[in-house]
Formats: sequence, C-alpha cells, structure tokens
Amino acid sequence: MKSPPFEYARAASIEAACELLSQHGDAAKIIAGGQSLVPMMAFRLLRPSWLIDINEIAALKFVAFESDAVRMGACTRQCVVMRDDALAARVPLLRQALAFVGHTQTRNRGTVGGSLVHADPSAELPLVAQVLEARLVLRTKSGTRTLPASALFAGPMMTNVRPDECLEEIHWPVWRERRTGSAFTEISRRHGDFAIAAAAAQIAVDDEGHCTRVSFGVGGTAPTPIAFPELGRHLVGHRVDKAKARAVAQEAAATLEPDSDIHASAAYRQHLAGVLMTRVLQQAYDAARAVR
Amino acid sequence: MSEALYSIVVDINGTRHVSHVTARTSLVDWLREHLHLTGTHIGCEHGICGACSVMLDGEPVRSCLMYAVQADGHRIVTVEGLQRPDGSLSVLQDSFCETHGLQCGYCTPGMLIAAQALLDANPRPTEAEIRDAIGGNLCRCTGYQQIVDAIALAARRIAEGET
Repeated sequence: MKSPPFEYARAASIEAACELLSQHGDAAKIIAGGQSLVPMMAFRLLRPSWLIDINEIAALKFVAFESDAVRMGACTRQCVVMRDDALAARVPLLRQALAFVGHTQTRNRGTVGGSLVHADPSAELPLVAQVLEARLVLRTKSGTRTLPASALFAGPMMTNVRPDECLEEIHWPVWRERRTGSAFTEISRRHGDFAIAAAAAQIAVDDEGHCTRVSFGVGGTAPTPIAFPELGRHLVGHRVDKAKARAVAQEAAATLEPDSDIHASAAYRQHLAGVLMTRVLQQAYDAARAVR
Repeated sequence: MSEALYSIVVDINGTRHVSHVTARTSLVDWLREHLHLTGTHIGCEHGICGACSVMLDGEPVRSCLMYAVQADGHRIVTVEGLQRPDGSLSVLQDSFCETHGLQCGYCTPGMLIAAQALLDANPRPTEAEIRDAIGGNLCRCTGYQQIVDAIALAARRIAEGET
C-alpha cells in the first residue's frame, strides 16, 4: 500500500508544468488533489516516473464570471466551488452534484479539473460537464486548444487529453433564461461513494410553463457519462408532468447497455437510470416553474 | 538506484520541522515514522477510512492521500495539536471521554480532527451537520451515536464558555 518510487517536481506555473510534460511525456502524471491518483499509485495500478504537482499554481485556482459562462481554473478545489453562492446562482448543478462527491476531507483537497480528467464513468462532475456541455481548455508547451466535454471522455478513466497536455480551465455555460431549474440525484451504496447510477437535468421554461431548453443525462451506466440532447429537444414546447418525464427518461434509459458488477446488475442499473432521470427531469422542471 | 531526497520545511502544531524525504513518502508515514507523531493513525492507506485525517492550512484532509513533499511550506495540525497548552485534554477530547465516544480508539484521532474542523467552522452544528462532518470517517466500534453525542456535548460546553 505504498506508492512506487517516482521523482517529484512542483510546478511554479502552467508553462513550467507543460515544459515538464513535454520532457517526460507518458512517463509523467500531473497531480492535482491526488484523491484518486494517490490511491491508484498506492495500489500500484499506476507507476509514473514523474509527478508534476500543480497544487501551488495560484493561476489555476480561480472562479471568474462572464456573461454566458463561468470560467474556472483547473485546480480549483471542490470545497471552494461548494461554498461559492454566486457560482451556485449561475451554475447550480455544480453545488447540487458536489453534495454527493466524497466527504469534507476529500473535497478540501480534490479539484474540479482532477475529477474531470480522471473520467470515472460514475463520477458526478463529469456528468455535470457532459449535461451542461462544459468546455475544457487544454494547454501544451506550444499553445492551447478547447474541447467540448463530449469530446473529452473516451471511456472509463480515459480521455482525449494528450500526454503533453494539462487541463488549464473549465468553462461552464450559464443559462441566461430567467426561469431555469436544475436537479441532481444518485443512488450509491453509501453517501459519498461513487454512484451506481446518477442523473442530472437542467430545464428552462417560458412564462406559460413550456420548456424552452432541456439538458439531461446519466452517469454510472456506460463507459462515460451520457447526455441526451436529442431527447431533450423533444421536450421543448411541452410542459413536463410525471408521465412526460417518465416517457422521455425511459426512452433514454432504453439506449443504455450497462455492465453488471459486484454492486449492481445491468438490469438494475438500467432500471435506476430510468427512475433517476424521471426524477431529475421533474425536479428541474418544477424548480424552473417555481422561479418568480 | 537510491531514491532522490527532497528537502521540506513544514509547520507542525506550531513547530517548524526541516526534513529530507523521498517523493513517495506519504504525509502520514512521515509524521509517524520520521517525527514520531504517532497520534495520527494509518488505517486503509487509500483514502477510505479517515483515521489519518489532519488539518492542512486549517482544513481537514487525509494524510495518506498526500505526499510529505507536497506539504512543504504548509501548516499541519495533528491530533497532538488539539490538546490545551498545558497538555490536558481539550473540551472536545474530554467530551469524547464523557460520552464514551471511543472504544478501541483507532478512528479517534481522525474523528477528533473532523469534529474540530466542524466546530471551528460551525460552533452550533445540528445533529445532521455533525453526522455529515464525520461522514468520511469510519468507526467499527461505537455505532457512531456516542461520537455524535461527544461532538454535540463539546459544542454545548464551548457555547457555555469552556475553553
């Protein structure tokens, strides 16, 4: 249960981190909060020769509000995001999801960017990124590129981040519609564990209660979290009652082919996906309608 | 091949410690094996049990999920740092005795750190807030009730002016 030997470099800047990545390539790993990486090293599932520590880079820890997005540094701690009322007013799904993420001790250290690039298929923040279509700014020694969340996740614990890239910023879209509601829920064995299945939704409605915009998705039931933009569009122009929510959620759940494991059978996961998506669609809709 | 040593300076319970560590030395191993601060316990060594909780710059974290080299320049408080200046038990620690908040004692240092962090941030916690605050700490003896009672008692005693 001890990590294998490695060499350590504390990066003073994102440029320095990228320089080290370009030198060491595949042999190096970035360490942010370390709440997933360190256990994987203790189990010797990972044996990087170098760890590049980005925890001391102040420029990677910020939350900035723009008119249509919240920009966030990759090393922003989960506890900071959870406490930020102004952020919760703009991107409420983040706080709603973080209530299910780990515990005080892990959120104090764990980062938003770390959770995204770790890409656990049942993790909460990747699901939120997928549902909200977050955008990720990746930096190399020679420049940056921006990936939508849908292009980030490649499989369980796999992303399209290249070995010489470091996640620098996350852009969370802010919905301008006044009547917007969101909801997040999940089932796990114990509170704070990874989800057996999780669901998230965000809905905007007009003054008559007709949906004008609907995003929702599910985690824990596929190699990556999945959003259903096409099915969301089917709800636009409609009111959402329980029957409507269930019909759309069941249609989404029917497309899934989850695996069985020690925690849950495939059939149970698929059932949960339908139930949880029904709940969040209805809760998000009700929350949107409750906005005065 | 011998492993490289990294020089670190860490404030622990108000005392500056200078040391040389390998990169892979976890913070908890360094505290226990190098500094002989054995109050912090090692349970699972992979971030599940919470027994190794310490304060990092005033916030509770798991010291098995950090390397000692990462603590360079930071401030750590371990369970040894919770006692009163004269070495007697703090109100929180004494409350654990009063309510039988421990049996085998293995989880206790982590519970104390989690509870102290809660009381620092929220001096009048509800029972639900107490349970949430120790949600990342496993206890296999008490069934948790006496631990919740201990933290609630400590909050009452501190509110009544005990220090």
